[in-house]
Amino acid sequence: MTDDLRSPNQRAWQRFRAHRPAMVGTWFLAVLVVAVLAWPVILRLVSHAGAGGRDFAALHDPDALSEAQFTPPGGAHWFGTDVHGRDLFSRVLYGAQISLLVGAVGAVVSLVIGVLWGAVAGYLGGWWDGWMMRVVDILYSLPSIIFVIVLITILEDKLKFVLAQMGATGMEKLARLLFLFVGLGAVSWLTMARIVRGQVLSLRNRAFVEASRALGAGHAHILARHILPNVLGVVIVYLTLTVPAIILYESFLSYLGLGIQPPMASWGSLIAEGAGQINSLKIYWWLLAFPGALLVTTLLALNFVGDGLRDAWDVRADK
Amino acid sequence: MYFLRRLVLTVPLLLLISLLAFGLLRLAPGGPFDRERKPASPEIERNLARKYHLDESFILQYLRYLGVGYERDADGRRHWFEGGLVRGDLGPSYRYRNHTVNDIIAAGLPVSMTLGCLAFCFALGVGLPLGFVTAVNRGRWPDYVGSLLAILCICIPGLVVAPLLVVGLAVKWRWFPVALWTSPWHAVLPTIALGLYFSGRIARLLREGMLNVMRSEFITTARAKGMGESAVLLKHGLRIAILPVVSYAGPLLADLLTGSFVIESVFQIPGIGVPMVNSSLNRDYTLVVGLVLLYAALLVGLNLVVDLVYRLLDRRVKYD
Repeated sequence: MTDDLRSPNQRAWQRFRAHRPAMVGTWFLAVLVVAVLAWPVILRLVSHAGAGGRDFAALHDPDALSEAQFTPPGGAHWFGTDVHGRDLFSRVLYGAQISLLVGAVGAVVSLVIGVLWGAVAGYLGGWWDGWMMRVVDILYSLPSIIFVIVLITILEDKLKFVLAQMGATGMEKLARLLFLFVGLGAVSWLTMARIVRGQVLSLRNRAFVEASRALGAGHAHILARHILPNVLGVVIVYLTLTVPAIILYESFLSYLGLGIQPPMASWGSLIAEGAGQINSLKIYWWLLAFPGALLVTTLLALNFVGDGLRDAWDVRADK
Repeated sequence: MYFLRRLVLTVPLLLLISLLAFGLLRLAPGGPFDRERKPASPEIERNLARKYHLDESFILQYLRYLGVGYERDADGRRHWFEGGLVRGDLGPSYRYRNHTVNDIIAAGLPVSMTLGCLAFCFALGVGLPLGFVTAVNRGRWPDYVGSLLAILCICIPGLVVAPLLVVGLAVKWRWFPVALWTSPWHAVLPTIALGLYFSGRIARLLREGMLNVMRSEFITTARAKGMGESAVLLKHGLRIAILPVVSYAGPLLADLLTGSFVIESVFQIPGIGVPMVNSSLNRDYTLVVGLVLLYAALLVGLNLVVDLVYRLLDRRVKYD
């Protein structure tokens, strides 16, 4: 029997690559990201390529209003058009930009808060640990939706004031995006903190940490060099499961009208628009079906990747 | 003893939560009367603020909300606060001027609870069999199909499935009513839309639990005694495998019973999910705090019940 010379991480990658749904999910996400980034560029390029190209670009401009309201999906508009005659295909891809961006950045915000909180609580232990985790418990028992709404309105008011003072008025839309990042990150870090704290608590008294401490290493050094690298696997796994949760949350807020402001779009606001067009006379199914389908497949892909990572690193992230 | 202590600790916890919610809303800019017909004269605004005691200090407002304390009138006589949380009075709503928070909760909660219970039953009814079947057939096609179904349920959010159900089953084929809440028939689509996500979660939790249990030694022992496979799984396995589902059921029920904004607004159901969101948008302070407290109390209470059930199912668990 030969020794397996690969590191645990290499073996985990091997297992991940063998996990078929996870690989399908990875490829789907890769293609989606490329499409989302490339589509605006394609439109820009094509608009410079003769009259036909200019028409194509104008037809697919996500913000251009037209007379062709509620066109069913077809050759000209692949996903049909919405109430203002805008091309739904372009809007879904532009919406994907926002949804994916909010998901990724929101997850990173929740990662930073959660890992810091959990690592400090677990590392300090005792009294500090007790109180920091009580705070998490209390935040758990508040309905997070109210928390987000209040947080976003507080931030919005403060920022409007600051922007007015600076004389920068065109920034509101970007600011809304920023609030979503912060707001969603701020309510999604609780589980991350719990998981990291548990891991750190068990790592803290291991022999190699003791050894480092005996050699005179400071707290910061021990945390950065010994503790955090060891919780990285768990953190990454949980991060991939946080992204879909935040995408979902963003779509919910946009559905409420608290998220992205029109004419910007996200999957949530597109679905909300579609749901607003339900009536018994005429069924505009494409307004719901396409944004919904893309949202669902993306969530599915992210969950597959998360499952694959979890199985590969054999982490129990649930609770 | 342990449970008694937990029960006693609930009171300061809820107080803390009410203080937190109360303070958080005061931090937010604007007041409940900002959307009145403008411009209201400063006179009117001052009178409104005085009527609802918004001109008092934060501490005094909070004490008044609790109903603990007194005020002196012009002659210096003491008047104890009337109503307040200690007497079970959650105060007047600032937006719906003729209603108290108690009224609004009393009107909406039964509806939300009914729908929540139905969705809970649906989630268990679909999720448990799905989880059991996928675990028992691990690695064969029922597992693949079932697991795919379960993860699909998790990935289809209510705000996609609810409008789609309406468009398909209600508007196009007219099998079910489009909206409202008047007959049992009206409950079918909202129940499915609300419960679908949770049935997926439950299926996955049970599958995981079953797989863990089937590896453990007491199952091998039971098999070795010559018990039939199905008896082993149902009598010994399920009892332990369902534990993760039990601990998930606490927060889940608290969530379901307090209503869902999306489902209630799509189906026009008069529950408390819509007021929960609207009140925080409207700065209807007392209504928000009341609903937050309701949610928190439900959550704490249900978690207590979960721990009790946990101990009944798994005698190995000891609480100190």
